[in-house]
Amino acid sequence: MTEPQQATKTSPALPLSDVARIARLARLKLTENELAIYSNQLGKILEFMTVLREVDTTGVEPMISAVPCENVFREDLIVESLPRKLALANAPKTDGKSFLVPNILG
Amino acid sequence: MTLEAGSSLKTGSGTGTSSIGSLFKALNSGTTTSRQIVESCLNAIDQRDGSIGAFLHIDRERALQAAEASDLRRSTGEVRGPLDGLPISIKDAICEAGQPATCASRILEGYVSPYSATVIDRLHAAGAIPLGRVNLDEFAMGSSSENSAYQLTHNPWDLTRTPGGSSSGSAASVAARMVPGSLGSDTGGSIRQPASLCGIVGLKPTYGRVSRYGLVAFASSLEQIGPFSLDVFGAAALLQTIAGHDPHDSTCVNTPAEDYLQTLDTPLADLRIGVPKEYFGEGLDPEVQNIVEEALAVYSQHGAKLIPVELPHSKYSVATYYIIAPSEASSNLARFDGIHYGYRSPNFTDLESLYAASRGEGFGPEVKRRIMLGTYALSAGYADKYYVKALQIRRLIRHDFDAAFQQCDVIAGPVTPTPAFRLGELTDDPLAMYLSDIYTIAANLAGIPAISIPAGWTASGLPVGLQLQGPVFTESRLLRAARMLEIDRPWIDRLPPAAGG
Repeated sequence: MTEPQQATKTSPALPLSDVARIARLARLKLTENELAIYSNQLGKILEFMTVLREVDTTGVEPMISAVPCENVFREDLIVESLPRKLALANAPKTDGKSFLVPNILG
Repeated sequence: MTLEAGSSLKTGSGTGTSSIGSLFKALNSGTTTSRQIVESCLNAIDQRDGSIGAFLHIDRERALQAAEASDLRRSTGEVRGPLDGLPISIKDAICEAGQPATCASRILEGYVSPYSATVIDRLHAAGAIPLGRVNLDEFAMGSSSENSAYQLTHNPWDLTRTPGGSSSGSAASVAARMVPGSLGSDTGGSIRQPASLCGIVGLKPTYGRVSRYGLVAFASSLEQIGPFSLDVFGAAALLQTIAGHDPHDSTCVNTPAEDYLQTLDTPLADLRIGVPKEYFGEGLDPEVQNIVEEALAVYSQHGAKLIPVELPHSKYSVATYYIIAPSEASSNLARFDGIHYGYRSPNFTDLESLYAASRGEGFGPEVKRRIMLGTYALSAGYADKYYVKALQIRRLIRHDFDAAFQQCDVIAGPVTPTPAFRLGELTDDPLAMYLSDIYTIAANLAGIPAISIPAGWTASGLPVGLQLQGPVFTESRLLRAARMLEIDRPWIDRLPPAAGG
């Protein structure tokens, strides 16, 4: 799969500085080429979203879920949890007891 | 009504497998065994999947052992139900302990699930046999299979065309008679659209009808696991097996699943079919429109009333969906961090660059596009303008359905605006790809059930589906209505070229 090299030129692009800011927020390292592509594509998609402005939503309660959101309680019982060995089995780096990460202090 | 199971199985290399209903009958009458069925499926996969590309992983030995266990149960009269001994393919986003679950993403290459989805436990309890893991658009984001990091899946009716997506392998594996049924997931049409483009039955249950525990999450408020089958009976049997309360999913409602098979063959009397004018407007392929209208005429001949209804906010559903779904995705996919499981980039200097490099290298273009879109829609200063606005319009879309269902029992229309498009045709234009979901995504936003059933074929031999949508928890009604069309215009004997048709 290759990314399209050309996006539509007629739609306003999302400024590259905004794309870079969003990528940072999303913890996504993008190449210069990707930033340029997403600038065009996201601009076009966001322009399409402006159609929603014509809907009067005054006083409409946002619909977060299709079913009523209720707290679900269970009995406070000790149940078996995922064994440590299985929990660590897919991790890229462990010491057999913990997930290992790069040094996070200084 | 259906292909003779015995005859198809004897030919071995011929037509592959058959429908769940006919296989169930053949097992009951002793004309075949589960072992023979699994072998015929494996043979069909060996012959065809090289050109179809549905399967990512097959567990042959385990399937054959499970088949022998099923045959043993049957010999002692302990049949567990209509799926006992039948092989089912599984979308590679539904976890099964000890099996891979890649979500067709590089970021999950080599991942092995430590636990099973509730639906998988229920399949096993019913004696069904998960036979293999099938392809999808990466993380279920897409409509064509082209977003899979591993392979393209081809439409069995025309190998140059898409089978649809995101449950591409589910639909193609069933349509090509390599398995009689499959489980997929539907977040914006990902069961119904490929079912329609592949000429089989696909059902998206009511939100909360089926547990999502063990389905790798993309958009949690929209998605449901559901069945694919050659016949309506099979879809009913699969739904009955997987539906029902699960304490592991707090959104899974605590009402018992119905017996969908009990009433299946009883036609609905005085059925009122709502026909929204918004579904028959600009952008609908004329051949698709004719086929859908002919299917509606069949219902009229059986006494159904066609009632014009309005869904005035339909035109906003694509924009609404592509704000809400990416927003939820940007949150859900934050778990892929290169720490706990999945791909870790070697190109990092500290923790944050480890996250960013692992995600930037591990995710494909569409997944990154949606994470970016969702992050933007949720970011400070934009959340009210995009995310909250979309949630408000979502409620108006639900209100449209509530009002329409005051006048009718089901709403009918096309599943997709066109028959299967060519692979490569829409890859340069993400927005055009999104617009192909226009008729399916409202059901996810509203949380209502919907089914796609084969309605006919175009002049060039491409299948076209009819979509029926109902109020929440009316799966039984949708299946009975679907069965009415199946009895009148059985589609199962029509084989795709890839299955010898």
